[in-house]
This record gives sequence, C-alpha cells and structure tokens, in this order.
Amino acid sequence: MIGELIRARRQSIRRVIALTRKETWQILRDPSAIAIGVILPLLMLILFGYGLSFDIENLPVAVVVEHASEDTNSAVSALRLSPYFIVHPAHTMAEAEQLMAKQKVSAILRFPPHFSRDVTQGDAMLLVAVNATDANTARIASAYVEGAISTWQARDAKDGRPAPEIPNISIDNRMWFNEANQSQWFLVPGVIVLVMTLIGALLTSLVIAREWERGTFEALFATPVRPGEILLSKTIPYFVMGMIGLALSVIGSQLLFGVPLRGSLWLLILVSSLYLLVALGIGLVISSVTKSQFLANQITFLVTFLPATMLSGFIFDIRSMPIGPQAVTLIFPARYFVSSLQTLFLAGDVWAVILPDMAVLAVMAAILMRIAIKSSRKRID
Amino acid sequence: MIESLYRILALIRKELLATLKDSKSRITVFMPPILQCLIFGYAASYDLNNVPYVVLDRDHSGASRALIAAIDGNGAFDRVATLQKASEIADQITEKRAALAITIDRDFERQLMMGKTAKVQVIADGRNTNTAGTAQGYLSTITADFARKWRDENGFSAEPGVQVTTRAWYNPNLETRWNMIPSLIGTITMMMTMILTAMSVAREREAGTFEQLLVTPFRPYEIMIGKALPSMLVGLIQASSILLVAQLWFRIPFAGSYLILYLSLIEFLAASVGIGLFISSIAKNMQQAMIGSVIVMMPFMLMSGLTTPIMNMPDVLQYLTYLNPLRYAISMTRQIYLEAAGIGQLLPEMLALLGIAAVTLPIASWMFRNRLA
Repeated sequence: MIGELIRARRQSIRRVIALTRKETWQILRDPSAIAIGVILPLLMLILFGYGLSFDIENLPVAVVVEHASEDTNSAVSALRLSPYFIVHPAHTMAEAEQLMAKQKVSAILRFPPHFSRDVTQGDAMLLVAVNATDANTARIASAYVEGAISTWQARDAKDGRPAPEIPNISIDNRMWFNEANQSQWFLVPGVIVLVMTLIGALLTSLVIAREWERGTFEALFATPVRPGEILLSKTIPYFVMGMIGLALSVIGSQLLFGVPLRGSLWLLILVSSLYLLVALGIGLVISSVTKSQFLANQITFLVTFLPATMLSGFIFDIRSMPIGPQAVTLIFPARYFVSSLQTLFLAGDVWAVILPDMAVLAVMAAILMRIAIKSSRKRID
Repeated sequence: MIESLYRILALIRKELLATLKDSKSRITVFMPPILQCLIFGYAASYDLNNVPYVVLDRDHSGASRALIAAIDGNGAFDRVATLQKASEIADQITEKRAALAITIDRDFERQLMMGKTAKVQVIADGRNTNTAGTAQGYLSTITADFARKWRDENGFSAEPGVQVTTRAWYNPNLETRWNMIPSLIGTITMMMTMILTAMSVAREREAGTFEQLLVTPFRPYEIMIGKALPSMLVGLIQASSILLVAQLWFRIPFAGSYLILYLSLIEFLAASVGIGLFISSIAKNMQQAMIGSVIVMMPFMLMSGLTTPIMNMPDVLQYLTYLNPLRYAISMTRQIYLEAAGIGQLLPEMLALLGIAAVTLPIASWMFRNRLA
C-alpha cells in the first residue's frame, strides 16, 4: 500500500520533470522570452534610474528686466549661477509670453520698472509666472524661483543692507530611510513589481492560452498527466524566470545606484515568491477562462500590468487617492508587494508592515491556484 | 485605382469584423479605456490628500496649537496621533502609521515673541521620496503663511524687502488632474491600439491566414492600409470615449478646438499604429508581438512626460524622446486643452508625428513580404 503510494508519487514527479523540461526548452527556443526575462529588467532599471526624476535642473526661465540696474543685475546673475535655471533674457513681458507659448521657457520672472527704488523703499514686488500645464513641475518650479530670490536677498542684505530680524519659523527637514533623497531608491520596487507581473501573469497567460488555442492542452489530457501536474510544470519555468528577473533587478540596482537592501534577503525572496505565485495564478486563471491568446493578453494587461503601474503606490501614493480608487487598489496584489518591497529595501524587516502584506498575498495565491486547478480540469467543450 | 480602393475597403470590413464580431472582444476593446480613465484619473495625482501625520508639541502654547490647527485645516494632512515623547516617533514612521512626524520646539512661542526664528522639525518617511518631498514643500508654505499671519496679529510690522507674487498660468489652482487626464487620452489609446495592431497581424500569422492574404491580389501597401485604418478607427473611438469621460465626468476645462485635437489624434494614431505594425511585421507569433510591444511601450510611457517632466532627463534620453509618439501626443493635448494652442503652435509636434508614421508604415508594408527571418 505504502509502496504503491511512493511509486505513484515518484511517477508523478517524473512526469512533472519531463513536462517542465519541455516547457523550459520551449522558452529557451524563443528569443523573445529571454528578452522579457533579461533585457527588460535591465532596460527598466536604466530608464527608472536615469529617466524618472522629479528633481528639477536646468529649468528654462525667461527673465524680464525692463530697466536694468545694479539690483536686477545681481539678482539675474544669482539665477544664472544656480544649477537649477537656464536664464533666457527678455525685454518685454510680451516677448516672455511668446517664449512661454512656444514652450521655450517654463517660467517667467519679471522685475518691475522701478525695482531698485522699490527695494530701497522696502516694497518691491516681483512677478513669477509658471506654465502650469504640468502642475507638479509648476509647483516645484515656483518654489525654486522663490527660493532663489530669497537667497539672493539674504546675501544682498549681508553686504551692507542688514534686514532686521523678524519672528519667523524655520523647518528642519529630515528624510528617514533615504537621507540623500534619491528617487532611484524609491523606484526600484517599481522595476521589480513590473518585471514579475510581466513574466508571471502576461507571459504565462499567453503561453497557456496558446496551448488551448492549438489544442495541445487537450492532447495532454489524453496522457496520464494530472491537471495539477500540468499546472506545476507550467509554472516552474516561469517562476524561475521571474526569480532571475528579481536577481538581476536587485544586483543591478545595487551596482548602478547603490540602493541598499536593509531587510533580509530570504524575506525578500519569500515575499517575491508569494507575489510571483499570485501573478502566475492570475495568468493561469485568465488563460483557462478565455482560451484565446488575444483575449488573455488584453485582459491580463488590464488586470495586472496597468494596476501594477498606476495603483500599486510605486509612483502615485495610495494614501492620497480618494476613497473609491483607494478601495480598488485593495483588490490588486501589486500594492501589497510594493509596500513590502519599499520597506524591505529601505527600512528593514518591519514585521508590522510585511506580515499583513504577506498574509494577503498568500491568501490570494491559494485562492487563485485552487481556481486554476479547478478550471483546467480535464474536460473538452 | 478604384479596384485597389475596393480591395482595401473589403479588407477594412473584414478586419473590423474580426476585431468586433463577438461581444467579448467588443467589451475588451471599448470598456477598458473608460474604466482606466475613471480610475487613473483619480489615482494618478501628485497632489496630497489625507497624508497621515503625527505631532509632538513640546511647547503647549497658544502659538504651537495655532500652528497645528493650521496644518490640520490645510486638508492635505490628517493627524493620526498626538505624541507625548520623541521616542514614539520611530515606530509611527517605521510601521507606516504616519508618513510625517512634526516636532514643535519647547520655546516655540517665546522665540516668536522675541522676534526670533522658532524651530519646527519634520521627519518624513523616505520610502516614498516623492510624497515626502511634496509634503515638506506643503508644510513650508503652511508655516510661512502662519508666520506672516502671526506677525500681523502680534503687531510686528510687515516685512521689508522683496515680495514675490506667483501666478500659475493655464491651471491657476495647480491641479494635477488638469494635466493628467488630457495626457491619459494619448497614453491609454496608444497602449490599446499598439497591442491591438501588433497582435492582429501576429494572430493571422499564427493561424496561417496571413500567408493566404499574401498570395491574394492584395499589394503589400493595401494590406498595410487595411490593417492600419481599422486600428486607427478603433483608437479614435477609444480616444473619444476617454474624451467624453474627461469632459462629462471630470469636467476638465477645454480651452482649445476639437478640430485641432482630432487632427492631432489622427496623426498620433497613425504613428502608433505604424509602430505596432512594424513590431508585428517582425514578430513570428503572438508571444513575440506581445513582448515586443511591451518592451517598446514601457519606455514610451515612462519617457513621455506623463509621470516626470522630460526636461529633467539626461540629454541622451531627452534626444531619444524625439522618437516617442506619446511625448508629442501628451504635449499636444495639454497645450490644446489648457493653452488653446492653434496649429501654428503645434506644428513641430505634428511634423514629428507625420515623420514617425511616414517611416514606420512603409517599412512595415515592405517587411510583410520581405521578412528577414
């Protein structure tokens, strides 16, 4: 009795290994799979690391000086010296507005005609106009210009015109976990979540839908292989691919941007495996429901990739969303993974954050795998 | 000539039937753009709302309480706890119960009374550097306003020196939504049409019907047009449905002209479809088409100015964005929506898009017949 069980188990393992080998060969034969497993993570690291920056440099500013004076000259040269601005001189406001309409400048700084006299009288007014077609940039830009003006004023006050001290508030800003405020540190989890989603859900759903489309799945049913074994052998190669993607992202982010991994590696691997299982589960379920590559692709894209970009919290903070969209993010696994990743990389093993995230992912994985096995039961419609 | 036109029309009809014949496909083509626009329209914003913060008030004075009230009243922040000891801050931040911890110094009010600078310390959770940075910016505005008000109320004369007045043109309240939702028209439409196009040829190739198509009297350019126009049509319908959501649901002010917007969209769709067809002409199967379009689309989305401005990027990447149709679409829709841009202002973008379409579409049609592999 026991001997028979062991033999059955051994045969089952042999079947799984054989099928896994077939699947692996199939992956390796198509260069596009390598592209998504190796090239994509590296490409995204580079794009995220070098391309996505919220820090403004070289902001083109039109400076309108209607009557040049010592004061305007010193203010303009202060702006010129700053790494944040590129100064485009303009003589009239109309000229500056033209530059703004042509998208040549993002902000206008206007010195009024009697600026020098006003400064001595202490009631000078400066106008800063920003192009707010990009609201976030406009907000940062106006803060930078205002900052530059007040620094110039403070320096100006030092050479002879002391400003009387007035009651004021100074803020001492600290940023925990990322003292140098490097946005690359914050974007790396995004790379990992996107790579895993693409491999786990998008690629898997397509590959399995293809088997349904071509009828090779039905052909497998005619063999002694059980549904669970088929699913297992389908998921193992993609699981390994996802893990390779993870390794590349972690190593790449350390080498390129010095992103620290303050939590433990085994926990990172564990959380990532859970997410990968969820992604694989989604891929399996969608493909066995649609049985068409085209539909599977469209639906998987919609329910995995897009939420992973927009609703996971790696670019847009979930806490600031209105309650409706916030509730929607709860359904998608990506937000739990991103939250754990951000904490593991920058803060460490904070159980209060990671445990709940892991629990949700584990439940999702279990449910999806059950549905996947159920929906790929041996049946031919 | 007329015959060629007939052939193309037949192909377009067949293509539209293949895409829209069953209700499942129709739903997957037309529902997602609307849903995405609704959800992303709310989610994709850098404006802060209800950011949880904790406060440690060591001064317990009228001034410190007034400052806390000012922070609470701003709307961007949500006080989740009032701490008693500095040692409580670490857990609050680390366990993500709060994103910010504000500490008001012991002699806050006294410093103000003496005409000096009082100190406030802000600790932000740098796991999300973007929120942290924006929140610090908001707080410095709140405290500066508070200080000004306090000076007025307590008889300190108005400050001398230079005052800066800031005006935000085209979007006076600096609402991210005003630029994000118009940008979504291009972004969502591109994602959908590029995949649709890339997959449609790959699907036929897998099924073997593309080879059949090649042995019919169709010329390659006719096949190309027959594939491109239906995708553009679907894209145009998708763009219109997003536009409707933007206008009727979000009520984003539209300053420009619809005619110019549609003209830009048609050019943009021609460029996106051109790239999609180019990918599909290289791809051997649907897997390659899908991966190819994802690998192309990801940089397009990230390097389009949608999430971060292009001028912040390194020069090399900035030059590469000139190849990105989405970059032009986003810049055009924003200008049309908010600046009421005319054709003259949009000419550079329009020419660039025409250029992309003029290169990719002929290459794709040539590749249909002369594939390298």
